Amino acid sequence: MRNSFVGSPVERREDLRFTRGRGQYVDDLSPDGLLYAVILRSSVAHGCIRSIDTAAALKIEGVHAVITAQDIPGGPPRIAMRLQPLPEFKPFEQSVIADQKVRYVGEPIAVVLASSVAIGEDALERIVVDIESLPAVSDCETSAKGDRLLFEEHGTNCPMTFTAKCGDADAAFETAAYVRREKFRTGRHYGLTMEPRGVMAEWATGRLTVSGAAKVPFFNRRILAKQMGLPETAIAMVENDVGGGFGARGEFYPEDFLIPFAARHVGRPVKWIEDRRENLMAMNHARQAAIDVEIACARDGTILGLRGHADVDMGAYMRTNGAVAARNIAQFMSGPYRIPNIKLQSSLWMTNKTPVGTYRGPGRFEADFFRERLLDLVAKDLDIDRVEFRRRNLIRASDMPYRMPTITPFESKDEIDSGDYRLSLDRCLQEFGWSDKEKLQERLIDGRYHGLAVGCFIEGGAAGPKETARLEIDPDGSVAVFIGSSAVGQGVETVFAQIAADALEIPMDRISGVHHGSTAYVSDGYGAYHSRSVVMGGSALLDATKNLHDLIRATASKRYSCAPSDIKIVEDRIIGPRGISATFADFVGLTAEGIFLNKKHTYTYGAHAAHVTVDAKIGQVEIVDYMTVVDCGRIINPMTVRGQVIGSLVQGLGGALLEDLVYDDQGQLLIGSLADYLLPTAGDFPNLRAIVTDMFPSPINPLGAKGAGEGGIISAGGIVANAVANALGTFGVEPRELPLTPQRIWEMVEAGRHPLTKASA
Amino acid sequence: MPVSFEVNGKQVTVEVEPRMTLVDCLRHQLRLTGTHVGCEHGVCGACTILVDGEAVRACLMLAVQAEGCNVVTIEGLSNDEALTPLQASFRRHHAVQCGFCTPGMITTAHALLTEEPDCDADRVREVLSGNICRCTGYISIVEAVLDARSAYRKSQGPPEGRS
Repeated sequence: MRNSFVGSPVERREDLRFTRGRGQYVDDLSPDGLLYAVILRSSVAHGCIRSIDTAAALKIEGVHAVITAQDIPGGPPRIAMRLQPLPEFKPFEQSVIADQKVRYVGEPIAVVLASSVAIGEDALERIVVDIESLPAVSDCETSAKGDRLLFEEHGTNCPMTFTAKCGDADAAFETAAYVRREKFRTGRHYGLTMEPRGVMAEWATGRLTVSGAAKVPFFNRRILAKQMGLPETAIAMVENDVGGGFGARGEFYPEDFLIPFAARHVGRPVKWIEDRRENLMAMNHARQAAIDVEIACARDGTILGLRGHADVDMGAYMRTNGAVAARNIAQFMSGPYRIPNIKLQSSLWMTNKTPVGTYRGPGRFEADFFRERLLDLVAKDLDIDRVEFRRRNLIRASDMPYRMPTITPFESKDEIDSGDYRLSLDRCLQEFGWSDKEKLQERLIDGRYHGLAVGCFIEGGAAGPKETARLEIDPDGSVAVFIGSSAVGQGVETVFAQIAADALEIPMDRISGVHHGSTAYVSDGYGAYHSRSVVMGGSALLDATKNLHDLIRATASKRYSCAPSDIKIVEDRIIGPRGISATFADFVGLTAEGIFLNKKHTYTYGAHAAHVTVDAKIGQVEIVDYMTVVDCGRIINPMTVRGQVIGSLVQGLGGALLEDLVYDDQGQLLIGSLADYLLPTAGDFPNLRAIVTDMFPSPINPLGAKGAGEGGIISAGGIVANAVANALGTFGVEPRELPLTPQRIWEMVEAGRHPLTKASA
Repeated sequence: MPVSFEVNGKQVTVEVEPRMTLVDCLRHQLRLTGTHVGCEHGVCGACTILVDGEAVRACLMLAVQAEGCNVVTIEGLSNDEALTPLQASFRRHHAVQCGFCTPGMITTAHALLTEEPDCDADRVREVLSGNICRCTGYISIVEAVLDARSAYRKSQGPPEGRS
């Protein structure tokens, strides 16, 4: 039977439990004897801890223990970096609990273990912490001055400057006919998940079970084993249902040590569930960056070079993947465009704020905003149509594979795998109806100004080095899938069942289950990040299928005394010589692993076009129409990949227009609830369209698939800002900062109306 | 103190602290974990349940306030055998990704469609704007709710579960 589940909009298996409230998230677990952990966090952004008095807290009935730095034998361990673990970053890694100094509001100081969360919270109020405040570093500019150091012993607030290079940028700028220099900045966002983080740990006879693992359970087990002085085999990380990932959930945070440590400390199961206010100050922040950038062009609009310097606000510590966005800003600023000469630097600055990590499209949202804004400004200067300007400079199909700028240190050479960027741009313009709508540019209709914008993007996927999958034959002859990829809500149970059913040539309902993430399932797993699950896990599944078939043939040949080559496998039937016929059910328990090794990346790409209207009097933006076309290699499930594109786009629109983690100059986070951190709601962006295509399969994996799901968010900032600029051209509005809040837009309009009086832009 | 109410058709009496929220009581005392907690300050809607037929945020209500009420949670809107028309519509339209907001979306939509089976897209968006979803971008959720309207129009009333 030749199946064609791959490529079909198969309804999701997960939904059978999620729509009935039968998902099982970590907070749904409550074993007997459970204690609840609550965490005392610093209310001071920068200071030295003089003393912590826990006596009064311990007197409260129901409080079992209070853990501080001094309760951890040998002192609190630090959290090692997972990605780009360069020696320069080492001194800036975070301790699992504040040790002598606090460096951001929200940093853990003490853990209370109590018989209920409410009693634990009562106890928090009784802990007396004496902190001597130090002047706070609340932004990159203050950090760069260097007179207030977060880590005095290291003598600098800047652990690293990345440089992305290709060609000879300085030479290109010397001879270019046209040069423009601009400064842009992005706000501070985060990958807010609807399920707050949670960890539950159970300690029994030298073995630790940690529930609530997500994203990278195998890697986190490695860190935890080292910190706890345990062999990895003594720790089981369990991945439950996970209520959203977006890059932020599942990295190793302080609590990922503190809760397992607490469980061993008291010899009872301990659960910690983050509340939303904690989540705002404790989960990785992201995005806040500024750039001073120059572009060089020939008179005909050919881009010749790009050079500049970005400054990235890192928060107080280098977290597990904290360097990724800063690196990506430098390496991916050129994106889908052919820019032969590049020299872009990106400096990382420590500040007294929540540390940063990746958030969907890390560095790319920022870089795409910087670049697409710049391109529109240049097109206007050179009087070239903005579409034509982009089309002329897109990387061509004949350029593939296309070498990207080299980034140092952590030497990384990367190339784009496949695609024809002009096709997706043309398709987007056509579906959007650009030629008709363009007439509305800058027009005032019924009190609202109309603006349109278009732009292109690439998104990386398929990070290596490896993924593992295992197939096992169940007693009824169905097949169970076990995989090292993790589920964060993206629907991998369904897409892996599709891939496995096609590979095994059996009906999808004969795939009994897809078991993912947890460390017990496969020998080695790498999880879900960098849009890698489908490509890496799916390719490993193909290898596991081949290995399972080989194993069945070998086992059958022994059982039936024939050569393995005499055995034929047709769907789930095993056919041998002399009329021998069996089924998978006759081979119960046979299991085979498969792996996929990969050093390259896939590049999904596409184009966005937007039509907005702006009420200049109140600075309010409405998205009238938004079209995105994404070409993402071989599509496993068009319904779920389209869902990823739209979902990611709405997150991007949140970042472009609403979301901002605002701090004051004392390092106090001024955002304390979802009433302050504005997320898109159902009424905000109803007019979005997405088309997913599979024009160019990836040549780097047997599925031909590409990682997808970040392209929506990557472009949103640049596209919306350009559309707003075009709508408000009458006022000379040129946004250089996100998010475009009503206040910010109104200020730019006012500055345009009254050019002589000073108003900030 | 003891509090008695009906939940999903069953009479229960639970011993609670006066400060315990209804959502904590449902999740931790009664083990009805389908109702989720996303913000504890009434903004995200993940904990939406039905109290005497109305969609209510269970994080903004104390358990003691439920005395004598008729409470229905997502478990009470579900059957073992098959998805209800509303649930099937969520699945068909890919209105679910991580599933965390889903029970609140479904309880909210159920309350809306029970009262207003002919509501239009704007009305659906208005009502659902009190429930935050971070995954889907909402478009598929609105489509799913609109598509489920026909199941609520039949004269016998709402088709769901035991409510």
